[in-house]
Amino acid sequence: MTSVTDHETAQPRKILFYRHSIAVRLTHWLNVLCLSFLLMSGLQIFNAHPDLYWGQYGADADHSFISIGAVSDGDTIKGITRVGSISIPTTGVLGASTVEGELTPRAFPSWITIPGYQDLASGRRWHFFFAWFFVINGFVYLLYGLIAGHFRRDIVPTKDQLTPQHLAHEIGEHARLRFPKGEEARRYNSLQKLTYMAVIFILLPLMVLTGLTMSPGFDSIFPWLLNVFGGRQSARTIHFITASLLVAFVIVHLVMVLVSGVWNNLRSMITGYYGLTVETDKETVK
Amino acid sequence: MKFELSRRRFLIGSSVAATGLLTGCDALVENASVNDILQKAEALTMGSQRLLQAHEPLAREFTEADLSPIFKANGTQMPDSEEYARLMEGNFADWRLVVNGMVRTPLSLSLADLKAMPSRTQITRHDCVEGWSAIGKWTGVPLGLVLQKAGLAPGARYAVFYCADEYEKSLDGSGQYYESVDLIDAFHPQTILSYSMNGKDLEVAHGAPLRLRVERQLGYKHAKYLMRIELVDNFRGLWGGKGGFWEDRGYEWYAGI
Repeated sequence: MTSVTDHETAQPRKILFYRHSIAVRLTHWLNVLCLSFLLMSGLQIFNAHPDLYWGQYGADADHSFISIGAVSDGDTIKGITRVGSISIPTTGVLGASTVEGELTPRAFPSWITIPGYQDLASGRRWHFFFAWFFVINGFVYLLYGLIAGHFRRDIVPTKDQLTPQHLAHEIGEHARLRFPKGEEARRYNSLQKLTYMAVIFILLPLMVLTGLTMSPGFDSIFPWLLNVFGGRQSARTIHFITASLLVAFVIVHLVMVLVSGVWNNLRSMITGYYGLTVETDKETVK
Repeated sequence: MKFELSRRRFLIGSSVAATGLLTGCDALVENASVNDILQKAEALTMGSQRLLQAHEPLAREFTEADLSPIFKANGTQMPDSEEYARLMEGNFADWRLVVNGMVRTPLSLSLADLKAMPSRTQITRHDCVEGWSAIGKWTGVPLGLVLQKAGLAPGARYAVFYCADEYEKSLDGSGQYYESVDLIDAFHPQTILSYSMNGKDLEVAHGAPLRLRVERQLGYKHAKYLMRIELVDNFRGLWGGKGGFWEDRGYEWYAGI
């Protein structure tokens, strides 16, 4: 065949290809369920003592470096979020928010906590149940990823994706919200792969380990965790910051899903099939 | 335009779904069978921690340099009873720790009796269920030694601690503070009946004259103002039947996490 016939016979064609295995789809949605409940019950637990410290100990009299609280302001109250020495008024959302029509001191507002009212015992019950669920689901995913080659095949960037030119090109394309088309859309782009790797291998394991470091029982079993994270209170702070990073990831992830073809993305995570337009050569298609 | 619309519809749809989920959540939180399922996690947590603690590890011990400058006093800070006021006035000379229930020899021990027994001093971290921690230095008699002195009767499974403070005012006594541990924690070397904190006699705010330290569990297990230890084979008959004041109010009996 010649380049001329190649050019003449090449035409765009829409195909569906099998992108997500059943294991990936199932663990993805279970993870969505777990992380949603973990976040909302976690904020309920946070509300019981909305101050974060660094080190082995930390309580009312000690210096906190993140604090979400309420102060009285004449007849009413105002919410103040403090990070280091910077205080930001956050009335209505953080520190003070409306509960049944009345402005009430509450670190996180009632619409984002489980349960909606202040109840540490219930918050803990939901948190630990979904923590177990999350850990088991995560192990299934990690095992699958290793054994079935999902990490090697889909998640770890290939050499050609890691060249400075390629990365610079992708950053530019992302900034313009332009996404790969055709054959290149068969695989995740490198920014996507690196982000997923950070979430799968750094942020989510960090959530589990810092969570366990807050457990006095677990600390007696693996006291080195206290050295790794610099103490129970540091671990609590890292737990909170990492959770915030995960929330930021989810927001960016959802925006990307929306702007890069929401129905195609949703279909692929539900049915497994992702549609893309390829330039096919009739002679090579059998 | 098309994208704008679909995104908008998506957002409206999701906020409607979220509202439904939220009101649904509070209903779920109060649903008894949902709670039964969620509580299964407590057994899983306790089972796995106990499995990993088979070699009886100690909670980390710190140095004097790590002590909290101010150790937060929590819960009751001054028991509100005439009996306690009288005991306090007498510097706890008339106070006795009663050990009874499923024991061979019931005991009645004075503070001097307890101080005459072998003691253990430990600098440990106190973890409140709310999330804060404080480091303090505790001296006391290992609970195991007291239980050995009394001698356990066959079938004894738990030590129940009765306190002088009523944390919640009630007519039926259900607001009385009490706690319980099983024999694994009771005989753990760091489980002590502490009469001294940071080198001084235990202050009233911290549970004078005697409090429990059970270092691998959260603060609410560390019962203050101890009056009596009863050995039992279950705590079904006690107040809410869950083995402790906070347990009766929805908190886990196993507070290792």
